[in-house]
Amino acid sequence: MSEIELPTLSPRRMALRRFVGHKAAVASCVVLGLLVLVVILSPLTARYGVNESVRKPPNSFLPPQKIAWFGTDDIGRDIYSRLIYGIRVSLIIGLFSAIIAVAVGCVVGAVAGFRGGFFDDVVMRVTDLFLAFPFLVALLVVRQTLGALSWLTPLVGDMSSVRFIIFLLAFFGWMTVARIVRGQVLSLKEREFIEAARAVGASRRYIILRHLVPNSIGPIMVALTFSVVGAIIGEATLAFFGYGPQAGAGTTSLGILVQAAKGAVQSGFWWMVVFPCAALVIISLCINFIGDALRDATDPRLDMGH
Amino acid sequence: MLRFIVRRIAWAFPTLLLVTFLVYVALRLGTNPVNSYLRSNPRASPEKIAEYKELNGLGSNYVFGYFNWLQNFLTFNWPRSIKGSREVFPALKDALANSLRLGVAATVVGVTIGLGIGMFAALHPGGRRDVTVNTAAFIGISIPPYISAVLLQLLFAVYWSRWFGETLFPTSGVYPAGHIGFNPVLMIKHMALPTIVVAIQIIAVYSRYMRSSLLDVLNSDYMRTARSKGISERRILIRHGVRNALIPIVTIAALDVGAIVGGLIITENVFDYPGMGVYFLKAFGDGDFPLMMPWMVLIVASILLFNLIADVTYAWLDPRIRLE
Repeated sequence: MSEIELPTLSPRRMALRRFVGHKAAVASCVVLGLLVLVVILSPLTARYGVNESVRKPPNSFLPPQKIAWFGTDDIGRDIYSRLIYGIRVSLIIGLFSAIIAVAVGCVVGAVAGFRGGFFDDVVMRVTDLFLAFPFLVALLVVRQTLGALSWLTPLVGDMSSVRFIIFLLAFFGWMTVARIVRGQVLSLKEREFIEAARAVGASRRYIILRHLVPNSIGPIMVALTFSVVGAIIGEATLAFFGYGPQAGAGTTSLGILVQAAKGAVQSGFWWMVVFPCAALVIISLCINFIGDALRDATDPRLDMGH
Repeated sequence: MLRFIVRRIAWAFPTLLLVTFLVYVALRLGTNPVNSYLRSNPRASPEKIAEYKELNGLGSNYVFGYFNWLQNFLTFNWPRSIKGSREVFPALKDALANSLRLGVAATVVGVTIGLGIGMFAALHPGGRRDVTVNTAAFIGISIPPYISAVLLQLLFAVYWSRWFGETLFPTSGVYPAGHIGFNPVLMIKHMALPTIVVAIQIIAVYSRYMRSSLLDVLNSDYMRTARSKGISERRILIRHGVRNALIPIVTIAALDVGAIVGGLIITENVFDYPGMGVYFLKAFGDGDFPLMMPWMVLIVASILLFNLIADVTYAWLDPRIRLE
């Protein structure tokens, strides 16, 4: 007679198990991991410098071939190498602006959810307003306004710099995060276990650190993932319309490469269009899949049906 | 119900004023309308500059300046554009007409297909069809509209004619350059690609809405009741299922207008389609304050209007909201 073993898994193990069950997300992790590896090892993987041409002229618009795997652009630069540098800048923009957005969004959302009242009303009205506006228009207007405020320049940098783009996208990113965190705090605040903790005399700090934070970490992680993708796409959108970081000073980004694609369409230089677009789509798809799986994995309610 | 609607409309006006004031301040700070006027008209006389400032409400004080602008705006004393000194109203009207045509076409195509696909997926949740539809919708959401626009352009502008010898869908404008008059066939051909690009986004979003909404409804008690009464499956699905599933979607749809306008702006610019998006980006690039402000008022007003519609339909469908 053997005893029946009941599987007892910690919530974290359960989440991990659910995440691994999501095949698309696991595949996305692998693809994204490889991509990040290639980008980090750019001294080894990139074949040319950012602004280096593959050979002496004539070198522009070469189709894919041995010396340039993904072809060359209008001034003979290798698109494969530029993609690696571009993805690096785009990932940096995505990560940093998402981190700022999540940090600000968590604090604002938590305070709004806890305190309620006037502050809550104002924050929610403002975010309503911005989220209802067409994204590109709001982005452009805020960009000009932020750039015109000279006292902000030491913090956010010049309008054409990567740092400025990071702050600009973080400015939009925090709103969605704040709404999610506020919703989370509002629903947790009324739960029995918080009430029980309060009844036995737990301090506010204890409640926040031991109950609210662990219970909100899932949605916050999900928000972080979607913020990264939002910022990468936001940068690409801005650059596509000519308002992104400037191509000079040896930087490039996915947005700048996609903008170059727009000019190459009518001439039929397909390699300048297909590769940058594919890179952007693959990155956005992978991160979206991971975010989706994280959302499913960190929501314990989804398990009750099984 | 009437009181609810009246109260909501009464609220919409101060909101409109406040938002347009904020837009006015942001544009004045960000695009510096006086500078952009001087850039386009470097030899303007001091009287001309004063007249321009007066008409646009660009005095030193923001609050007074705003009301000055508002007065001119409401009395239809609209200033002319900076670039080329054109009249603003006809340009805005044409842009709006073109955008509405594209927007309505894309919305009708997108919502019909999206709801159909969503329904199709919800009938067998977890099946192969469901997984395919879900994945496809997910990919559709992940692709920004300008990417699909550029790829379609590459396919149809360049490779289609190279492979088959003739262009199927032109990729810019409403008519070929120099065309005069109305020609529906040409127009539909020109609108096909932009419509597809905007519709892809709408299909992806709405098929997901419809799927989850219909799944909720199909699992509800009244569906079981209907089935136990012996009503045919088909009738149950149409009369009980789809009808009730559409309720939450109607409210979401009205709130989605900003997103659809955003997609339109991007798509129009890729295809050089002379609508609101091209109008705005051109005006924005020139810092053309007289062109931008009426555009902004129109956009803000339509967003508020659709929000109002969403609130009212929601209150109409759910009586608890009205009593609040």
